[in-house]
Amino acid sequence: MAKQTPRTGGSLRVDVHHITRVEGHGNIVIDVHNGELKQCELQIVETPRFIEAMLRGRPYGEASHLTSRICGICAVGHATASLRATEKALGVELSEQTVLLRKLNFHGEMLDSHILHAYMLVAPDFLGVGSVIPLATRAPEVVLRALGMKKLAGDLCAAICGRHTHPIAMTVGGFTHFPSSDQLETLRQRLEAARPDVDATVELFQTLKFPAFERETEYIALSKPDEYCFIDGLITSTDGGTWPVEDYRKVTNEYLVRHSSAKRTHNQRQEYMVGALARFNVNHDRLHPRARAAATTLGLKPKVTNPYLITAAQVVEIVHCVEDAIDLTDRLLQRGIEWEAPAPPQRLTGEGVGACDVPRGTLFHNYVIRDGLIAGANCIIPTGQNLNNIEADMRALVPTILDRKPEDITLSLEMLVRAYDPCISCSAHMLDVHFV
Amino acid sequence: MAARPKVAFFEFTSCEGCQLTVVDSLQTSPELLEAVEIVRFREAMSDKGDDYLIAFIEGSCTRPSDEAAIQAIRQQAKIVVALGACAHLGGINAIRNRSDLEETRRYVYGDKADWYETYPARPIDKVIPVDATLPGCPIDRHEFVRAVKALLQGRVPVIPDYPVCVECKLKENVCVYLRGRTCLGPIARAGCDAICPTYGDGCEGCRGLIPQPNIESLKQVLAEHGLSFEQTMAKMTLFLTYQTMEREAVGDGKANA
Repeated sequence: MAKQTPRTGGSLRVDVHHITRVEGHGNIVIDVHNGELKQCELQIVETPRFIEAMLRGRPYGEASHLTSRICGICAVGHATASLRATEKALGVELSEQTVLLRKLNFHGEMLDSHILHAYMLVAPDFLGVGSVIPLATRAPEVVLRALGMKKLAGDLCAAICGRHTHPIAMTVGGFTHFPSSDQLETLRQRLEAARPDVDATVELFQTLKFPAFERETEYIALSKPDEYCFIDGLITSTDGGTWPVEDYRKVTNEYLVRHSSAKRTHNQRQEYMVGALARFNVNHDRLHPRARAAATTLGLKPKVTNPYLITAAQVVEIVHCVEDAIDLTDRLLQRGIEWEAPAPPQRLTGEGVGACDVPRGTLFHNYVIRDGLIAGANCIIPTGQNLNNIEADMRALVPTILDRKPEDITLSLEMLVRAYDPCISCSAHMLDVHFV
Repeated sequence: MAARPKVAFFEFTSCEGCQLTVVDSLQTSPELLEAVEIVRFREAMSDKGDDYLIAFIEGSCTRPSDEAAIQAIRQQAKIVVALGACAHLGGINAIRNRSDLEETRRYVYGDKADWYETYPARPIDKVIPVDATLPGCPIDRHEFVRAVKALLQGRVPVIPDYPVCVECKLKENVCVYLRGRTCLGPIARAGCDAICPTYGDGCEGCRGLIPQPNIESLKQVLAEHGLSFEQTMAKMTLFLTYQTMEREAVGDGKANA
């Protein structure tokens, strides 16, 4: 429950213990004394997970199965980044079919996660309710639409990899199971039939009044010249500069602070943003035309500097992913699905970095493999990269809203944190590096 | 109509994927929301009710400061259900129980290791008595729906005690071993509809051991299929670390489980 002390002479204390409608455990602590901001923290109080330490000594083929368990929401994203790291380390070349299926599977997760966040975690704030449950009676068509779209996203992943949380058929070099042409055809029809729901989603979020707050920052996303990038590509910044994913440490520069079991990052400024809005700012010209039209409808024009609009950028990506998923199923159906054995490793010792832009931003997995066993591992998580930016937003926002009622200030701060869709279990999975 | 039973969800060290599976189960069983009143579900709602009859707990206990919170849940709830492999078995969190704790902490947090409290991961029933368990990583959504219905009728949900192989045969899958991979199906508890073998991968044992598993025999089979000691250990410890260490402690599981 949020606790606030009444303000006297421009003083305020906000203490939100365990922010709700986010994944994992975080607190917001704000302390304003005589108009001066003394403390402004997003505390990550999730238990440490020690995933990297537990990977050591285990066979490379297990890494994607273990690391997908970092997070129930972005399990496919973790598995994909993990597989790319291993595949680069061991010189595994992927077939065209594997690349297409991985992309399609990834869209399933992007849709699932964005629909969950936009409809079930964010929308209740705008409709004055504490959760999506009261909406089931007040606006059943909205809830049923969200559940229907989410089910389609989950079914897409299930057809390709068995289930979204946690994927089964994704393996180093390819897949251990393949969807039938009939399954793909049915999914394609369902994706097409979902267009009215997608349009209704854009319309709904167009009517929501997002809080006005601007703070420009550095926006970072993976980028490719010829597609709206989610897997592989180059690290790209709106402040200028591109880096191969192998140079991720030059961009992330991790360090620890005491009030957080998640590590922090900074690049060219003290903070940067990753996620849907960063991707939109970096890659908007490569969105599907229908998604670009949705962006216009939602009033998004790059570069967008209001962090509350991350949710609007997610809605734009919902449009893009549905359209691109239709294109991908067309290409797969045209070429026909073949049962391929996974591509074999060329060596059993090496180092590789895998990078994906998962729902909440850029995710890196870096493994050192020796004789087929993981010798060192490092994972850098989107939410960890966003923490400094969230706190910088809070520091800029608090002085501008101090004249409001304490409960309104608390709500504004909670909505800000929620906009980033933080995935705290992920961020506290914990990361380090000491490659032996 | 009688008052709907109040239900609360809690999570400790976990990925919250089981609670997501609960949300997903509403896609096909929205009637659940009419049968119960959810008073706490931090991942999905702002209300935080402290009055509840049934508590679902996801996650393992991995630090001393979580024990009081877990005990408080037990005092309030008439029925406590352990939700998923982390709560049931310690899950993947227990992998590190076989390693030196200080070394593990330093590997991840370096010289700041002391900032973050932790101890070996434990299943929830090692902290408080648990009335029912829903195994799996993640839980099976059909089993979850069946379990809620059973609880509402005053019954303890029954989970299978036969191995995954039984379900796999019923699905007429070609055995994973005949497809060149390995599998823990012979010693792992069923109830998942053999989903991993069905999708071409071996069972990882996420639902725990069957009551009398022949672990030594399975290890022999794994060796016959070319698994090294490290590969066999990895297979046996992904989800089964806590259970195998417990067996070793009473001298039941032979060396290295």
